[in-house]
Amino acid sequence: MLTVRGLNTEYPSQKGPAVKAAQDVTFEVPAGKFFTLLGPSGCGKTTTLRSIAGLERPVSGEIVVNGRVVFSSERKIFIPPNQRNFGMVFQSYAIWPHMTVFANAAFPLEVRKNKMSKSEIREKVMRVLSAVALEQYADREATKLSGGQQQRLALARALVMEPELLLLDEPLSNLDAKLRDRMRFELKRIQRELGITTIYVTHDQGEALALSHEIAVMNEGRIVQVGPPRTIYEHPRTKFVAEFIGTTNFIDGVVLGFDEPAGRWKVRTPAGDLLVSTDSALTPNMRVTVSIRPEDVELSDDATTSGSTENVTSGLVDQKVFLGDFVDFQVQIGDFMLLSRAHPSLRTPIGETIHVRMNPDKCVAIPEDSSARAAA
Amino acid sequence: MQVVGQASEAPDLKDHQPAVKTDPQWFIMGGVVSIVGWLALVPLGFLVWQSFRTPDTARKPAVWTLQNYWEAYSSSETLVLFMNSVQFAAGTAVLALVIGTALAWMTERTNTPLKPLFYALSIIPLIIPGILFVVSWIMLASPKIGIINLVLQGLFGTDTVYVDIYSMAGMIWVDGLHYAPIAFLLMTAAFRAMDPSLEESAMMSGASMFKIFWNITLKLAWPAVAASFLILFVRSIESFEVPALLGLPVGIQVFTSSIYDAIHSYPSNIGLAAAYAITLLIITMGGIYMQSRLTGQGGKYSTVTGKGFRPRTIDLGRWKYLTLGIFIVYALFVVVLPFLVLLWSSLQKFYSVPSMEALKNVSLNAYSTVINYPSVGTAVWNSFLLSIGSATTVMFLTAIVCWIVLRTKIPGRWILDNVASVPLVLPGLVMGLAIMVCYLTIGGGVYGTIWIMFIAYVTRFMPYGMRYNTTSMIQLHKELEESAAMSGASWFTSFRRVVLPLLKPGLLAGWIYIVIVSVRELSSSILLYSPGTEVVSIVIWEMWQNGQYVELSAFGVMLIATLFIFVMMAQWIGKRFGVKEA
Repeated sequence: MLTVRGLNTEYPSQKGPAVKAAQDVTFEVPAGKFFTLLGPSGCGKTTTLRSIAGLERPVSGEIVVNGRVVFSSERKIFIPPNQRNFGMVFQSYAIWPHMTVFANAAFPLEVRKNKMSKSEIREKVMRVLSAVALEQYADREATKLSGGQQQRLALARALVMEPELLLLDEPLSNLDAKLRDRMRFELKRIQRELGITTIYVTHDQGEALALSHEIAVMNEGRIVQVGPPRTIYEHPRTKFVAEFIGTTNFIDGVVLGFDEPAGRWKVRTPAGDLLVSTDSALTPNMRVTVSIRPEDVELSDDATTSGSTENVTSGLVDQKVFLGDFVDFQVQIGDFMLLSRAHPSLRTPIGETIHVRMNPDKCVAIPEDSSARAAA
Repeated sequence: MQVVGQASEAPDLKDHQPAVKTDPQWFIMGGVVSIVGWLALVPLGFLVWQSFRTPDTARKPAVWTLQNYWEAYSSSETLVLFMNSVQFAAGTAVLALVIGTALAWMTERTNTPLKPLFYALSIIPLIIPGILFVVSWIMLASPKIGIINLVLQGLFGTDTVYVDIYSMAGMIWVDGLHYAPIAFLLMTAAFRAMDPSLEESAMMSGASMFKIFWNITLKLAWPAVAASFLILFVRSIESFEVPALLGLPVGIQVFTSSIYDAIHSYPSNIGLAAAYAITLLIITMGGIYMQSRLTGQGGKYSTVTGKGFRPRTIDLGRWKYLTLGIFIVYALFVVVLPFLVLLWSSLQKFYSVPSMEALKNVSLNAYSTVINYPSVGTAVWNSFLLSIGSATTVMFLTAIVCWIVLRTKIPGRWILDNVASVPLVLPGLVMGLAIMVCYLTIGGGVYGTIWIMFIAYVTRFMPYGMRYNTTSMIQLHKELEESAAMSGASWFTSFRRVVLPLLKPGLLAGWIYIVIVSVRELSSSILLYSPGTEVVSIVIWEMWQNGQYVELSAFGVMLIATLFIFVMMAQWIGKRFGVKEA
């Protein structure tokens, strides 16, 4: 459906050479899927989205939608944004303040080349307004809407033109936390119902995990990992990905060798020898970082309760923070401080010994060179 | 100012402390309020009073009368006068607005080459005194000596007059060009405040460039366009130099030139001038009122917006050479040609149009004449004193006024704000007239000294000081002062170490602006100066009346160069000491 190949963008800078934004960005999105570009600010995700929209002209690369080449540096093709027929929701919503709700949503139909009749426009606009639950506000001035309503209107305006592609540029970032959670469900429902291919840009990992079929994590202009939310979360391929998506413990270590009976690699770390899982090719004596999420560190008062004996050790409770639905424990194992998220029923006092088990499936070993590349 | 703050810093302690402690505060505040009230309101009262009085002569004492208004409104010429004024002001405003909007759009929204250079160039006309600009355009486009006519006549071998600056169209042309930079600045601000994604979303909706410009950009900019039009209309209906130099010689009268005529006719008819002035005042008040209403409505057009906008420009493709061409033509008309023609004529012994023969007569005579010209030295000294003095006074006076308005809870403080802004509606000539009437009537020995001009300048530029100080004081969060106090700093220390350094950019920017406009000031000074208290713009005016074009040009070139160097130095100092443009 959407293919982006070898995309490079640059910004002219006031002094010195041009600033590189996106670098060699390549990905593919199948029809009907929700694809998210995730990364910290300045990672090139918005530039990539704007290049797909046609609001920015990349230096090189190719963008193909449904077999139609909308941009190709080699073949010197650049279809202007107003002929691409993509719907876009901007971060600021860009609701035109001098128009009513209806006029805002009707604009894309009114400016198009093959004119529709008034009644046809009315019907389409009202249908899309009711899809976002704004039909009763049609004649209201757009500026009289609340933030969440403006956001839905922006979505309606993008959808009314029945676009080939829906582009969303951090659409939830201007909403307050409660509303954002609600709109997240709303957005997911609308996208899944209409089955419209969607590209979503965000710096919020929670949104990305909640909404997407697939996530591309970007850092410093490059895509560092692409995959379904669960894979990205559970099997980060670089330190950057592990750290950017959620909280994690990083334990530096050296590969001891392949443990035949367990069928896993074994790594010597300050928190003891750990059996790990990995997507990378490891060799003995390789320096690696083991990443394990706090909620995957299992704690118990008593050593016998845990079924498995793999990756079991013990430490001292150094600190704990009660957060209502869970308790964060800081456990000292040797010199290492391990963060763990446990059920509030665990009440081991500070200074007491506690037993720790790290499920080998959740201990992801990341070779040091891969994290170096991600940081470069 | 420090004393003012000291007392208010602990407003809740007021009850426990002896009243003596707060006395200096009330003393200073009371003083400032009376000064502002006196400056802004009393001369206005005298102006109104004067318009209902007969002339006070040796034989007959003045009495109450409606004669002035009768005289002003009974004649059929008044209608002509009114129509002329409106036509002139509206024409000027439209021309300036069209040029300014086009330039603002090009610099803000397109990828026209050399943009930064043109941004700087667009502002230069603001430092050229109006009278010099008019004179240089007379040299360019007068029917007899205008270079443009002579060149075209030489080219086509005719004696047809191609352009005639002494006409309504000529007046509109010169004043429109002169006010274009103001329109440019106003519209630049409007375009900058507009979220570019409003246009981008229209583009994503499939709208063509033209539809985007028409349905989105222009409609959104509409309040700014209307407000700018009103500001420009008021400015041009007030303008004096153009109607006096271009309109009067051919009998095209507008309100400002009629006021000047009424005073300078013999015997001078101050009552009639006052009646005209009141009419003009009503028009400008209407304009400013409508403009403030429009600006107040601006909120309607604001939407929820994200972070700061990233500046984004439209790729014009090959069209960018057309916009570059427009820029160059504008620069030619507004900066290059006027300055070159002044420079040329300043290098002549007697004024003559450029030719190979005249080139042989190039000399620096005029410059030495000007330097030894009797009133030039006095005028330069007077202008120096007046500009520095009034800029400093205005900035500190309005800083206190702003502080009272923004930082205290005194009831009725908004009245003070409005009173300090009253001079905004007074055209310079009307202000001069009002102050003249006021101090002629009450005496006090001010009339005929440099002090009356000082009073006029401070009054006239008070609203500018208010604007600069309000802007920077609003940005100065109260918690900054409070946290200094919590750190243990006394009020004086926190004022000196925290408040002043943070206000400095605004104070300095406002000060520089007032220095420049003070040096350019003509329309108030022309009614208030007397031998010995001339200022530079008056000397230029006198030289023009005496036909000393060559000396005038030399003086003008030196003046422009000085002002230019001053602005450059101010910017350099600003950058050096971390002062950003407010």
